[in-house]
Amino acid sequence: MLPLDAEAIDSILLSLRLSATVTGLLILLGTPLAWWLARTRSPLKGMVEAFVVLPLFLPPTVLGFYMLLAMGPRGPIGALTKALGLQGLPFTFSGLVVTSMLYSLPFVVQPLQNAFAGIPPRMLEAAQSLRAGPWATFGRIVLPLSKRGFVTAAVTGFAHTIGEFGVVLMVGGNIPSETRLVSIEIYDYVEAFDYPKAHTLAGLMVAFAFFMLLLLYGFGVGRDGLLRRS
Amino acid sequence: MVLAWVGTVFCVDHESSNRMIKARFDRRLGDFRLAIDITVPSQGVTIIFGASGSGKTTFLRCMAGLEPEALGSLVVGDQVWQDDDRGIYLPCHRRPIGYVFQDAALFPHLSVEKNLVFGLHRVASERRWISMDQVINLLGIGHLLKRDPRHLSGGEQQRIALARALLTSPQILLLDEPLAALDLSMKREILPYLERLRLELNIPILYVTHALEELTRLGDHLVQMDQGQVTREGPIASVLSDLTQPSDPLGEWGGVLFTVIAAHDRLSGLTDLSFQGGAIKTPLIDRPLGTSVRLSVAPNDISLTLHRANETSILNIIDVLITDVTTTQDPHQVMVHLAIGETTLKARITRYSLGELKLSPGMHVFAQIKAVSLLT
Repeated sequence: MLPLDAEAIDSILLSLRLSATVTGLLILLGTPLAWWLARTRSPLKGMVEAFVVLPLFLPPTVLGFYMLLAMGPRGPIGALTKALGLQGLPFTFSGLVVTSMLYSLPFVVQPLQNAFAGIPPRMLEAAQSLRAGPWATFGRIVLPLSKRGFVTAAVTGFAHTIGEFGVVLMVGGNIPSETRLVSIEIYDYVEAFDYPKAHTLAGLMVAFAFFMLLLLYGFGVGRDGLLRRS
Repeated sequence: MVLAWVGTVFCVDHESSNRMIKARFDRRLGDFRLAIDITVPSQGVTIIFGASGSGKTTFLRCMAGLEPEALGSLVVGDQVWQDDDRGIYLPCHRRPIGYVFQDAALFPHLSVEKNLVFGLHRVASERRWISMDQVINLLGIGHLLKRDPRHLSGGEQQRIALARALLTSPQILLLDEPLAALDLSMKREILPYLERLRLELNIPILYVTHALEELTRLGDHLVQMDQGQVTREGPIASVLSDLTQPSDPLGEWGGVLFTVIAAHDRLSGLTDLSFQGGAIKTPLIDRPLGTSVRLSVAPNDISLTLHRANETSILNIIDVLITDVTTTQDPHQVMVHLAIGETTLKARITRYSLGELKLSPGMHVFAQIKAVSLLT
């Protein structure tokens, strides 16, 4: 039996819930964005792409800091939530979701964009000439042909969100069952010199990350993965 | 003419007689400009012929609705598919066309059978004029249904692509160089199927190609294109008779005889064929009397004499009228244009012979035809 107390299990469940929510939402929102990026000839494309990839090149604390300000009472997102009569986002689970989505965006959008760009335009034209409208073409041709891209996007998006630390610490703080994720729990244990507990959780993280990568490369989808642009 | 726009295609009966296709397109792609205004007959195979880059594929794509930026209008029978002045534009998936791409474009994640029914299922049953069984028989693809399209030969893939397009019961079939990606033996394998389509389908076929063999075997009507413009159009027989420029891509073509089988001489193994203005013998063509047969005659296979040779092994010696003498790309050779009734043939002879025989337009001479090839 692993020496996991209730607190640790709580943090694991919270991390899984956050990653699942973020991944699900990102697939939903990232798909149209990736499709647009893969097909457009708009001059805005470069700017949008740079923005999507930006979190990769920033220290997590920078992103977390600005998100904290934006979601705060004087920030634009804070003003919006206030106008809508919602509670403030900082130090809440919802705040973590919003921030993590931004942080994990490139890990979902890039594999999707690569997968979409890899579909020959001829396939789409053939589907249209066979009376398939845009939605039917997307559902019957684009989705099946970019399956690997979706698997890659989901796995990397999920794994990357699980592995967050800096961003969530800035935005979420350290509230049990609300914002105390596994990565933060481990930090707490180490701070408290509770190495056995830290070991257990950290070991689990290593095993989990390895398992996810195995899933990815075992299915041969890794080569669609991040930063492997054709 | 009734012009109805209610969000769906204004549907006419498939048998409807007046289904002329009127197409006018203007499409700019960088330096290239397609500017076309033609009427295509509602029957038979119209060959869109031209060198690569002449705009023939772009024209076909405009017809299909695959070039949404092309301006113009397209009227098929009494249906308006596109009219920019009135803001009418049917997107590709709303146009009742069948389109076959050069590379077949079968869906790799679907079996052959699922590729076939992909379009079929999207057409209302009352609009279908051809059934799955009919298409399978027409193209001889029954044994391929369960296969993975990626494991088919190029020729088989193209037959599936044709079948897939036909199963949408199109009102026009658009074929974009369907044989260009195939090797010679596969071309020979598919051409008979295309000939069958030409004979058995009651819809116009627009066929893009730059291959003379396909033009002469399949074509009824020719639209020749160069640099985005139509340079020549008309029925194949009259267009082919009217070629004078040596630089013309069709200029090296000898001629086509549109003949009918008149008699068989089975003992000698010969068939007599008649055509407007004459008759010709060929090795036995084992088809019923009255069958239409196209023969092509290469310019090198015709020699000219001033008097009918009596003692010769050559079977076909025809009285012809010289209508023109034109240059060829070889400065030592000329092309002599010969009229036999309505038909025109061309003989390539040396400039030396031209001078020795003192040949000139208006003269009657005898054409010795050494060989013909059977086109259909």
